[in-house]
Amino acid sequence: MTTETIQLLTPEGERVDHPSYPLDDIDIQGMYRDMVLVRRIDTEAVALQRQGQLGLWASLLGQEAAQIGSARALSAKDMAFPSYREHGVAWCRGLDPVRLLEFFRGVNQGSWDPEEHKFHLYTIVIGDQTLHATGYAMGIKHDGAEDEAVIVYFGDGATSQGDVSEAFSWASVFNAPVVFFCQNNQFAISASPDKQSRVPLYQRASGFGFPGIRVDGNDVLACYAVTRQALRAAREGQGPTLIEAFTYRMGAHTTTDDPTRYRLASEVEAWRLRDPIERVRSYLAHTGQADAAFFEQVEAEADALAVRLRAACVALPDPPPLSVFDHVYAGSSAILDAERTQYAAYLEGFADQAEPMVAGGMEADR
Amino acid sequence: MSKITLSRAINEGLRRSLEADPKVMIMGEDVGRLGGVFRVTDGLQKDFGEHRVMDTPLAESGIVGTAIGLALRGYRPVCEIQFDGFVFPATDQIVSQLAKMRYRSRGLVSLPVVIRIPFGGGIGAVEHHSESPEVFFAHTAGLRVVACADPADAFAMIQLAIACDDPVIFFEPKRRYWDKAEVDTSAPLAAGLPLDKARIALRGDDVTLLSYGPLVRTCVEAALAAREDGRSVEVIDLRSLSPLDVATITESVSRTGRCVVAHEAPVYAGLGAEIAARVTEQCFYHLEAPVLRVGGFAIPYPAAKAEDHYLPDLDRILDAVDRTFAF
Repeated sequence: MTTETIQLLTPEGERVDHPSYPLDDIDIQGMYRDMVLVRRIDTEAVALQRQGQLGLWASLLGQEAAQIGSARALSAKDMAFPSYREHGVAWCRGLDPVRLLEFFRGVNQGSWDPEEHKFHLYTIVIGDQTLHATGYAMGIKHDGAEDEAVIVYFGDGATSQGDVSEAFSWASVFNAPVVFFCQNNQFAISASPDKQSRVPLYQRASGFGFPGIRVDGNDVLACYAVTRQALRAAREGQGPTLIEAFTYRMGAHTTTDDPTRYRLASEVEAWRLRDPIERVRSYLAHTGQADAAFFEQVEAEADALAVRLRAACVALPDPPPLSVFDHVYAGSSAILDAERTQYAAYLEGFADQAEPMVAGGMEADR
Repeated sequence: MSKITLSRAINEGLRRSLEADPKVMIMGEDVGRLGGVFRVTDGLQKDFGEHRVMDTPLAESGIVGTAIGLALRGYRPVCEIQFDGFVFPATDQIVSQLAKMRYRSRGLVSLPVVIRIPFGGGIGAVEHHSESPEVFFAHTAGLRVVACADPADAFAMIQLAIACDDPVIFFEPKRRYWDKAEVDTSAPLAAGLPLDKARIALRGDDVTLLSYGPLVRTCVEAALAAREDGRSVEVIDLRSLSPLDVATITESVSRTGRCVVAHEAPVYAGLGAEIAARVTEQCFYHLEAPVLRVGGFAIPYPAAKAEDHYLPDLDRILDAVDRTFAF
């Protein structure tokens, strides 16, 4: 099998046509703006983590085109199931990035309303969400809704998970309207794709009986066009598609990771030349579709966004202690109620102390 | 009123739920044309269609994972896991996703999924077909774990489980599937016991015998046998294993002063351990004897020809009852 990668915008910013993916009136300026803004969200979040304001952050650096391109292809009714790095998709679904900061700061576990944004909660266990997306898509089909589809995001490492293979089987057998969007960012923490598969990832789809396509994951136009077509096919009853967005994780796996242990700087530099934002900037500039004022305005917007996020993040309060007992069940549990009452009484014992109780050993150090 | 089997009673309960709510959907391996290996879903696909009674690929994680997705879409899936020992491939989806979704979403997401699991031994089966994995799930916050014991109660419990907005792991005692009893399938649900309450199966004064699922019948038989020896045994069918109905247990033990817990699952770190701890804490000054446990040994489920040595029977339960009078 040959490996064809769909590309509509070269790293140098030149438009190339593909007969299967005609592009008409698309908002390239808007795509550029989204990519710049989510990169700034990412940069600010990494800084906040370094300063102790976030517990962790999973950087999307380098994957802006894959996320913005695919997410902008979604209709308002389509449902998206993210992994935990889809900050760009979250942005396109209208989710305030502060909600993502809440998650990574640890003040909650991601408590946005998935139906309000048509964007499910982040899923940490690798690949689990592919089955949720498939089930949701089966529900769409049962509902007879012909104008809705589902997209599910996962990485190259996830393709080794049994759940992902099961999701492929189920989606295929039930002809579910779901698009499997695999961001192959070349790393499952430190493991390269050849540790996951002997064949290119997109070719796996053929064994399950549905189309697989590889797209230049750093080309926002190609990601948009390919995803739009796959979603359309899903809505029209043609079942699932696997899209492998071939990209590169420019940052660390998360803020706890040290990628210098497993990859060469020269490789990172080579991918920097394929930057997803620079090629769009170059295209917009040399075709006269945007001027200096536009780029300055987007930068100013990004600066303002970063300031807002920082202020909102540091102001996030810790959850009230007794809230840990909330929302375990829809109904009540006498056992849980008793634990809550008991712990409230225990805390009450410290009510006359000016400082909240601290961990053992701290007192002696004062 | 008519006498029907436990299998049939659950079938009737499922039928009622399918009729009552178009969002209810049954899914699992062989649940459609075959009607399930224990015939619990017999005839339902014929009457409700392939879209509501779905034969699925043979993949337990897929069953639970897609059920979660269907629930996110507004459906109320009732999954069948064919045998107890086959639930483990789905454990990740149950423990990491199903149980936690309401909590992590601060109540914004409900997953009203029921997972039916035939459990327990005593049918001479090959390995992985006779296990009692209930405490794995009882230990997981966010799940409701229940076990039915007789046809009339099973008919009501399955409907209550499906109507519940929490995920419910619904254990069915497979060796009791063919037990028959009177079931009033026209009785209103609201009149019965809620899903999270224990049930006093037999009144008694001298000792409280607690069990659930397949051993409830054995315990009642043991209590009747003990009565001939002049001992009055109160038998409680726990029904809800998580959360436990502690109030019903402690009320009984406070009256009787003695407590024995029986289950097929290994005694070690089993549900009996939790009950013994709570009874000791809450009934300490009423106890005439330590809480005793009778159940499976700390071994993997043995080969069929040896399972009678593993499973607590009437005599082993009575032996434990006798020992509580020896203190």
